[in-house]
Amino acid sequence: MRIAVCLKQVPSTNEVRLDPETHTILRDGRQSVVNPFDAHALEEAVRLKESLGGHVTAISMGIPAAETLLRDAVARGADEGVLLTDRAFAGADTLATSYTLAAGLRKAGPFDLILCGKMAVDGDTAQIGPELAQQLGLPHLTEVCEITPVGEGRARVRRLTQRGGQEVEVTLPAVLTLVREINTPRMPTLAGVRRGEAASIVRWGLAELGVDESRCGLKGSPTQVVRTFVPVRARETAFLSGDARSQAEQLLKIAGEVLA
Amino acid sequence: MSGLIIDRARCVGCGRCISACPAGALVLEEGTALVDRGLCTLCARCVDSCPVGAIAVERGSAGAADGWRGVWVFAQQEGGRPLPVALELLSRGRQLADALGEPLCAVAAGGGEGLTRPLLEQGADLVYLCPALSGDHRAEPAWPELLARLTAEHRPAVLLFGATPFGRSLAPRLAARLGTGLTADCTELDIDPDSRCLLQTRPAFGGNLMATIVCPDHRPQMATVRPGVLPVSPPCPRPGARVVRVEPPALPAPLTRVLGEWTADPSAAGLAGAEVIVTVGRGIGVRKNLALARRLAGLLGARLGCSRPLVEAGWLPYDHQVGQTGVSVAPKLLLAFGVSGAVQHLAGIAGAEHIIAVNTDPEAPIFSVAHEAVVGDCVEILREMIGILEEKTK
Ligand SMILES: Cc1cc2nc3c(=O)[nH]c(=O)nc-3n(C[C@H](O)[C@H](O)[C@H](O)COP(=O)(O)OP(=O)(O)OC[C@H]3O[C@@H](n4cnc5c(N)ncnc54)[C@H](O)[C@@H]3O)c2cc1C
Repeated sequence: MRIAVCLKQVPSTNEVRLDPETHTILRDGRQSVVNPFDAHALEEAVRLKESLGGHVTAISMGIPAAETLLRDAVARGADEGVLLTDRAFAGADTLATSYTLAAGLRKAGPFDLILCGKMAVDGDTAQIGPELAQQLGLPHLTEVCEITPVGEGRARVRRLTQRGGQEVEVTLPAVLTLVREINTPRMPTLAGVRRGEAASIVRWGLAELGVDESRCGLKGSPTQVVRTFVPVRARETAFLSGDARSQAEQLLKIAGEVLA
Repeated sequence: MSGLIIDRARCVGCGRCISACPAGALVLEEGTALVDRGLCTLCARCVDSCPVGAIAVERGSAGAADGWRGVWVFAQQEGGRPLPVALELLSRGRQLADALGEPLCAVAAGGGEGLTRPLLEQGADLVYLCPALSGDHRAEPAWPELLARLTAEHRPAVLLFGATPFGRSLAPRLAARLGTGLTADCTELDIDPDSRCLLQTRPAFGGNLMATIVCPDHRPQMATVRPGVLPVSPPCPRPGARVVRVEPPALPAPLTRVLGEWTADPSAAGLAGAEVIVTVGRGIGVRKNLALARRLAGLLGARLGCSRPLVEAGWLPYDHQVGQTGVSVAPKLLLAFGVSGAVQHLAGIAGAEHIIAVNTDPEAPIFSVAHEAVVGDCVEILREMIGILEEKTK
């Protein structure tokens, strides 16, 4: 089974720096971590490989420094790392990102399974998985909490829905986005870390991917940030006085009124 | 904009695009391909099929918004009734449509009066109803097809979805198919009076910053909004409003098949739809104090949630975690005990209507979002609240 995992490098904090002109996020590559949701996708890919045999490709679109993330993925069990990096990819919204990632996956593939985390904690959109699937012309399932390949190019998947959950059979190749409950990611072993350090990470830019520049990065992004502002928490907080007993009484009274 | 363009100088007339086109929108004329824009659903299968790269989806040209009119709401239903978020979207959608002087439409599936009446009462001028589809996950592959077709036919300027699991799966798939922008989890939607563009405001960086996003050169302008964020207006049925029935899409053999469904385990945290929530953070000190929080939750008819460190410590399962990497909640009342209010946590409680917080630190960030605050030991306050409630029930 050939599996691809899409990984994103995210800032380790939500402190913000924006480019004053383009209003896009400034990333400097320092203090970056793998998006926590993607760590579960990588773990799942490695587990599937361990039980069925196969090959795991970790792929990321990002700045050159995102290479560390792919080395770390190799340390945790991926067989190779592919970094899509080019100035032309900067400032991409989800449509441009999914377009570029799709091109990378076509070139690195074919794959039976493409796994993503449910969302990235910096953008919080949860859009890349379904957009990627559309760009690749593949089926997708979101909120996946269990994957069981059943042979003949199919897998049985359990996913969470509003009501509870579903069991769905999906024809492979498919794009699945995973929730964190699916597994607990492992720590890399010492041998893994060495493998990661020694791995040669593939780098592809605009030319190697042969993509349309007008569909990449800022140029290929239909959405634009026009304004950012610090949210006004215009909330008058009432600090309650008195001893604990009277504070508890006041709280219960307020609770009663709110719920009345 | 948003049309297929064929570079007839490059086209070699091989006809692969014609076999790839599910809508029959392409023909060969004088040895090159020609598109009927009325039939084309912009699925872009032809783009991928073309060996010489002569086909593209036109994007971002001047006058992009011309001919795109109206505000559409995807009205997800359950059990034959619209979800509350559909009515929330219609309420705001009515204001947007009025600002534009354009109609408001709902798109729904399944059917019956129980579904269409609330949509009409909430101000829809038109309801596109596809009786043959189910309006939920079971019909998932059919929905992008149907909406792509309706969008190509009627060219709405704005298309809104609830950020339910279904909406969050469907909307991005459709956006990529239409080659347009999508803004997730908006908390505000307005019309810019000058450009007539949809102003889509959403929290960024776990709520540290708000960003207003526009989609100037592509249509439709698509956005999702989390349930419980926008208020529902009083009913305002429109004169002459009507329901238009539409045919389901013809689908090739579906690539996904639902084998079974289950409803959520009632013992699970059930935070997402809860009306009252008690959350606990590290400030509760020791594990055994969880029993106090549970007891209070029981007495108030509340669900129990927590901050991430408690999940990491193994005190509570992950489905109790509130925040950016956990559950987003939108209760009427949230009581937070010993939670500091880190941005990642606040991102998950932005939808709470009323917040009460107890913390020993008067500078705790949780107080900036709280309506009422107690500076004090949360364990003591928990005990007192339980005491009072237990006396009452005696
Ligand atoms: C990428 C990322 C994602 C994250 N996602 C989430 C998420 O989804 N959800 C989440 O919750 N966190 C998340 N976090 C973690 C978050 O940054 C905070 O570390 C966490 O929310 C803090 O939890 P806490 O408030 O329980 O603990 P602390 O921050 O340690 O706060 C404890 C609070 O208790 C108060 N206190 C102490 N003793 C008492 C007492 N006796 N009575 C009353 N108050 C007392 C203290 O004054 C303090 O304010 C994430 C972090 C990162 C980097």
